Amino acid sequence: MSDLTQLTLSEVRAKLADKTLSAVEVTEAALSRIQATEPKVQALLSVQAEEARALAKELDAQGPDASKPLWGVPLAVKDVLATKDVPTTCGSKILENFRPVYDATAVARLKDAGAILLGKANMDEFAMGSTTENSAYFATKNPWDVSRVPGGSSGGSGATVAACQCYGALGTDTGGSIRLPASFCGIVGLKPTYGRVSRFGMVAYGSSLDQIGPMTRNVEDAARLLQVIAGHDERDSTSVNAPVPDYVAALGEATDLKGLTIGLPAEYWDKGLSPEVSEACGAAIKQAEALGAKTVPVNLRMSEYAIATYYIIAVAEASSNLARFDGVRYGHRDRDAQSLIEMYVKSRTQGFGEEVQRRIILGTYVLSSGYYDAYYRKAAQVRRLIRQDFEAALAQCDVIMGPVCPTTAFKVGEMTADPLQMYLMDIFTISTNLAGLPGMSLPVGLGRESGMPVGLQLTGRAFDEARLLQVAGVLEKAVPATGLAKL
Amino acid sequence: MKISAEEVAKVAKLSRLDLSPEKIEQYTGQLDGILAYMDKLSEVDTSKVEPMYSPVDHVSVLRDDVVRKDYAREDILKNAPESDGSFFIVPRIV
Repeated sequence: MSDLTQLTLSEVRAKLADKTLSAVEVTEAALSRIQATEPKVQALLSVQAEEARALAKELDAQGPDASKPLWGVPLAVKDVLATKDVPTTCGSKILENFRPVYDATAVARLKDAGAILLGKANMDEFAMGSTTENSAYFATKNPWDVSRVPGGSSGGSGATVAACQCYGALGTDTGGSIRLPASFCGIVGLKPTYGRVSRFGMVAYGSSLDQIGPMTRNVEDAARLLQVIAGHDERDSTSVNAPVPDYVAALGEATDLKGLTIGLPAEYWDKGLSPEVSEACGAAIKQAEALGAKTVPVNLRMSEYAIATYYIIAVAEASSNLARFDGVRYGHRDRDAQSLIEMYVKSRTQGFGEEVQRRIILGTYVLSSGYYDAYYRKAAQVRRLIRQDFEAALAQCDVIMGPVCPTTAFKVGEMTADPLQMYLMDIFTISTNLAGLPGMSLPVGLGRESGMPVGLQLTGRAFDEARLLQVAGVLEKAVPATGLAKL
Repeated sequence: MKISAEEVAKVAKLSRLDLSPEKIEQYTGQLDGILAYMDKLSEVDTSKVEPMYSPVDHVSVLRDDVVRKDYAREDILKNAPESDGSFFIVPRIV
């Protein structure tokens, strides 16, 4: 592996800024790395090699621009984010030939910051899944062990970053889809507070749950990406018009964890954790205490209802959002249909994969007359109780810590037979989306049994990403180094 | 049984999906299990709880009523499965 591709985003941007490296050198190194590793990892649905080369040349001709914080840095984005004139499939056959006429706001902000778009990352179809096996194109493999899944739904983003194919990626998180693959792939993943990042141009799954966030090889890199994409956007009325703090500066201010109170929910630590996850996460908490943090037990009593609540709300929103795929304006159309209704039905049936169809049907059912109150309204009520649980816990502590997932990355094909079993993997991550709070996955070492990375989850108060980054940044230096996947 | 094959077929039709009898049978079994799991929520007393549909309070966003052209018609139509250059074409409706 070329040393160049192993640099962190923060390192490479500094070397680009002082002209130690050129944008062309960095881009070529990344493209070679993609060529060498992609046959094994299959992280990317498309690679924009020519566009990336042309932009790198153009940037080098202009020279480094100090006003552009990601000048010359090659990045990947999940294929659920609209990219102008570049295929955006959402991992679905129904959008196989779709090329958006605009960029998602988060993508536009990366480009404005001088970043180079290298590729579009694979994902579970319409972000529905926890392993990236639900992609309609191919399954991405975990760079640490290609017989294992990378997690999902942003598994392509996790794998491309862990495989050093690029310096960072954007993922999206509706119920854990950034944090789970970050945990399985041994990288940092941050789901911002709902409203922190504009969702304009993100193809919607669960509109009240979805957020875009960074996936990177260290905490500082995540701070730099979040800095660029965060902030109000007039095109998304749910993006909150509040000042964005200087995350990178905040990181520099924290050197220990003195005065920090960490809440440890019994519900996250007692139940069904694999011994290696429990051990690695437990050791990280001990490190936090050694760095001056105080730990207190907190309760998240509604946790046992989170999965049921989440899957009712998510599928209800999904069934509405996916109604727009009708074969009229874009996407797959059945050419033989004789009537409009037949065209809708055939186009959708041919275009959507099995898990997507299952969720559309479930979502339509829970929203249908006679069941709406029993399922959808009930879930929305329990959702408020879940948020109140978190508010009460976060009144007693500054940050909540627990594992991201009960296990490390499992084998490809191991969980595909039973959808409900797969949903249960999201147990620790989905409450954060229901409550709208920021959540982060920090690698805390390798599992003793599997040798696979373990992720610790940090959950904070709304719009307090700076604190999460600070705590993670300090802890990152104290826990056993996860290192890079050997490919 | 939480859900019958007939109900799955009806909901599939409402969702504009055409499922084979085998698929309906498969989904019925799976959805039945999922809905039974979701019934867990009936344990929770929510009689005095307002539903929460979003983590942020939605406020009406107002702007001046000014005509703005962000995209060209021909660009938008590039993704159309069928178009005459001005409109999206669909099978005859009436």
